Amino acid sequence: MLYDKPIFRRMGDRSVLIELGDDISPAVNERVQRLFIALDRLKLAGVLDLIPAYRSLLVIHHPLMIETDVLKDLIRDACSRLDAIRLPKSDTVTVPVVYGGRYGPDLQWVAKFHKISVREVIDLHTRPLYRVYMIGFTPGFPYLGEVPEKVATPRRKTPRTDVPRGSVGIAQRQSGIYPVDSPGGWQIIGWTPAQLFDPRKEPPSLLQMGGQVRFYEVSAEEAKQWQP
Amino acid sequence: MAAVDVLQVIAPGILSTVQDLGRYGYGRYGVAPSGALDGFALRAANLIVGNREDEACLETTLMGLTVRALADVVVAVTGGNLQPRLNRNPLEMWRSYVIGKGDVLTFSGPATGFRAYVALGGGILVPEVLGSRSTSLFSGFGGFCGRMFQKDDILAATDPDKYLNAAGRCLQPEWIPAYPTRWTLRVLWGPQDHHFTDEGRQAFCSGPYLLSSDSDRTGIRLQGPAVYTRSDVAESIISEGVITGAIQVPGDGQPIIILGETVTGGYRKIATVISADLALLGQMKPGDTVQFRVVSPAEAAQALRKEEKRIQSFKKSLPG
Repeated sequence: MLYDKPIFRRMGDRSVLIELGDDISPAVNERVQRLFIALDRLKLAGVLDLIPAYRSLLVIHHPLMIETDVLKDLIRDACSRLDAIRLPKSDTVTVPVVYGGRYGPDLQWVAKFHKISVREVIDLHTRPLYRVYMIGFTPGFPYLGEVPEKVATPRRKTPRTDVPRGSVGIAQRQSGIYPVDSPGGWQIIGWTPAQLFDPRKEPPSLLQMGGQVRFYEVSAEEAKQWQP
Repeated sequence: MAAVDVLQVIAPGILSTVQDLGRYGYGRYGVAPSGALDGFALRAANLIVGNREDEACLETTLMGLTVRALADVVVAVTGGNLQPRLNRNPLEMWRSYVIGKGDVLTFSGPATGFRAYVALGGGILVPEVLGSRSTSLFSGFGGFCGRMFQKDDILAATDPDKYLNAAGRCLQPEWIPAYPTRWTLRVLWGPQDHHFTDEGRQAFCSGPYLLSSDSDRTGIRLQGPAVYTRSDVAESIISEGVITGAIQVPGDGQPIIILGETVTGGYRKIATVISADLALLGQMKPGDTVQFRVVSPAEAAQALRKEEKRIQSFKKSLPG
């Protein structure tokens, strides 16, 4: 639910955390996106970074360049005019996925968990138009929502120490893609040849908060041939 | 502008990387700041060799690395006292020297602190990636080829000969930080201190906590009095942005101080280390103990101004 008024929380003396709602929902996340856009446009001296998340925005600042109270007033002011912020039209990024086998070691388990076929899991995972709620965890990692209830699966009890880059996973109603080899606890159902993060590019992340994603199934052979 | 090869890595040690003051402005893409864990030592090192304070330096951990000079270059070692030696003779820290071809800089391990910084006059010439020369070890970009140093790597500096006249500069002794083994970190409550029980908050304040050996560049893991959350809150929170110094408490009640290698997290944070004390995080080592002292925002601001004054006064004392 969207809050009537933003809640400010203190995270040290050099950041301000603004909560705009209490749940994971497009309405709250869109509000975060508007505030993010508004503050990004202001290009305030002393503001070092903005980290938009599901329901909050973290504003990191240099306290000797801009005082926290001054910054909070500017944020409050921006919050009062969010309806006027136009959201950018986002193109849908389509992401090819090879499901199952060695590409998706948890696909069978997810099917079994829900007592449905592997085919149904794939059909359900490729059906939604996902919203990119935030980028976090590692550079370029998208938190996508929402996975249909019928395939929403809890994280693995024991996280893997090494999830290969490109792995596509499910954790409850969220789906995500691992941009680099990293540890991870999500149920891995497939793999994409798409490059999620490239520090030589501007922007370096294939996906951005507020964007849209659709998955489609490809064979291992097609994935090898695939070009962005 | 001439790039000159100045140092060759003879032995890299357990973890030696290129770091500057960090990578900001890309948090929206999940890019963490990385950067020197002891920002004060890095800034001081740069100023002592005549660089801008935010140039890239070499950060070396615990037993340090061994490098050989390939050309005349002014160097300074700051931060933790890992007992630097130049051609086997003890090298005074927080002071700049010219070293020449064939000179060997080594370390014999920590007397105090955990990480030393080596600044070179003319900086360390590596490409800026996303606005910074810091190494993102976990994503493999920035710094020296996105990785820690290896044997035979060669470091270049820009116009090192123009910095040779900075040799002999030093930081005033009274400004050199002391690195204890029993630390006190000043913190501000929040952002989720209200999710903890009164007993949990008291445990957090009383401590002391032991630095666990599985601490690394992503976080300082602590062992000590368990900090319990209220029974009516969920195990995790909805993921949100985090900063270096935020102290998260997972289900086992053992706090972890977040360092600058991640931008988001789903654990609740009871408190956050104040900016003035952040540089200390780079010098705490496994086996040390830490206690937390809660301060007010006004005290945090005053402490930071005091800390910053040290650097600013030093800058003013320098020629040009």
